[in-house]
Amino acid sequence: MIHQQPRSWINAWLLLLPAMSLLALFTHWPAVATIVDSFFSTPKARRQSVFVGPDNYHQMLSDPVFWQALSNNFWFALGTIPTSIALALLMAVWVNDRFPGRTFVRMAFFTPTVLPMIAVANIWLFFYTPEIGLLEQVRSAFGGRTHNWLGSQETALAAVTVVAVWKEAGFFMIFYLAALQAIPPNLAEASTLEGASRWHFFRRVQFPLLMPTTLFVLVNAVINAFRMVDHIFVLTRGGPDNATTLLLFHIYMVGFSFWDTGYAAALTVVLLVSLAVLALLQYGVLERRIHYR
Amino acid sequence: MATTHAVDQGSGQYQPKGKGLVLETVAAWALALIWIAPLAYAVWAAFHPPEFSTRFDLLAPLTLKNFARAWEAAPFARYFLNTFVLVTLVLVSQLTLCTLAAFAFARYEFPGRGIIFALVLAQLMIMPDVLIVENYRTMSKLGLVDSIPAIALPYVASAFGIFLLRQTFKQVPRELDDAARVEGASGLQTLLKVYVPLGKPVYLAYGLVSVSYHWNNFLWPLIITSSVESRPLTVGLQVFSSSDQGIDWSVICAATLMTSGPLLLGFLLFQRQFVQSFIRAGVK
Repeated sequence: MIHQQPRSWINAWLLLLPAMSLLALFTHWPAVATIVDSFFSTPKARRQSVFVGPDNYHQMLSDPVFWQALSNNFWFALGTIPTSIALALLMAVWVNDRFPGRTFVRMAFFTPTVLPMIAVANIWLFFYTPEIGLLEQVRSAFGGRTHNWLGSQETALAAVTVVAVWKEAGFFMIFYLAALQAIPPNLAEASTLEGASRWHFFRRVQFPLLMPTTLFVLVNAVINAFRMVDHIFVLTRGGPDNATTLLLFHIYMVGFSFWDTGYAAALTVVLLVSLAVLALLQYGVLERRIHYR
Repeated sequence: MATTHAVDQGSGQYQPKGKGLVLETVAAWALALIWIAPLAYAVWAAFHPPEFSTRFDLLAPLTLKNFARAWEAAPFARYFLNTFVLVTLVLVSQLTLCTLAAFAFARYEFPGRGIIFALVLAQLMIMPDVLIVENYRTMSKLGLVDSIPAIALPYVASAFGIFLLRQTFKQVPRELDDAARVEGASGLQTLLKVYVPLGKPVYLAYGLVSVSYHWNNFLWPLIITSSVESRPLTVGLQVFSSSDQGIDWSVICAATLMTSGPLLLGFLLFQRQFVQSFIRAGVK
């Protein structure tokens, strides 16, 4: 080893310094400060922030919007994560084959990823609009009754979930496609010699080899389930009656609409803890089941 | 990097034929048409007069008026400039900082390496997007609220970038490194002459992801900016479409296409390279 002398330690630390100081300032420090601030009251114009113990958490327990946001986020995660991963895998397997128009199909799948969510949400808003929206026109052509997709409690959350799946599936597809193309071709040859069906080959060879990709995509999908709120701003603003309020959106409303930063910090702690628990679960459970090459 | 041989080999022996191929083609096309429908609709509405925004008539006259009206209704030129400055600032600083940090992790032995690397990886879960309340507070203490650097700063030290480049640098053969050093190159020179050129596909893939992420980012810019001088396109578009014009679909669609246009165009032009750089980067 060449770089083990103390002088090279200093070099290494110097190389790390710019990135680490920014990380400390904008990730580590705010994460710790969030926890500290969650035990303090919100500073007001004439009153300094004071230590209030678990008051913000008591407020949270009795905040019906928080519970609704938590449950909404759970269903949003459950709706987006498996669906977008399964669709991404299907898309990747398809565009990995040769068929007429493959380039167009691949482009169509991937395009939503490149577009700003805030912009495409405007288009989806129009799709969902009652009476004149595209979805409505299709439904009325089949004799269906008119329905306000975003305006009714029962369908609003499902409607914003669909938009999220549409947006992220193509992004995950790219990772699967890259991994599929890295599988050595001789595996397919060997497998045909054994007379394995395509499904068998997928199930026993491709899918296990894709497990590291699946873990990577899963981690991303979980993070996105807590991070994707842009479309909520355009489509529903959390309504009707908080039916589409997700956790991060609630934090935004509390922190920057009501300016109750103490309570917003407590809500952020819940979000951070959820992310941490999910991260540990994913690595703990899945890491053991993955065969790295 | 070991995967370059495999670009576009298709599914080889399992390439479907006959009926299977027809079925798969039809299914893939059906899903693709659903996927592209919102964009196709936006193109339709943006290039036709408002009265055709909900009526589909092949003979409807084409027009560019919607774009002109959108352009005049909001300071989009300024928003474009802001977004362009933001994206460039983020990308240049990310590439610089992440390269240096990744090189340290990949090629140096030093006390505390494991812990520091774990601290970096923590950002993969605790993203700046979630820490909006505290980061806002920090920015106001620094006096940076409502400025473009304030939008960029929390994202500059990117854990994803550091991780990706570290993996890449680790694959560079030791012999190349040693050869450069024998010739008298310093650590930084070796990094620039040997490591960076070999990591080109990774830089391209990462750069594309970063540019599209920050071009499209909304929540943090919405919070930290309040004036036309610092607002990026996404926030500008939201301000514009939630105001009075909010009902005119043709103008909204034109504005939507306009804001995503450069990114979309760039992607369509570089589509092949984009997908292939991902494949070469072995991002998996």
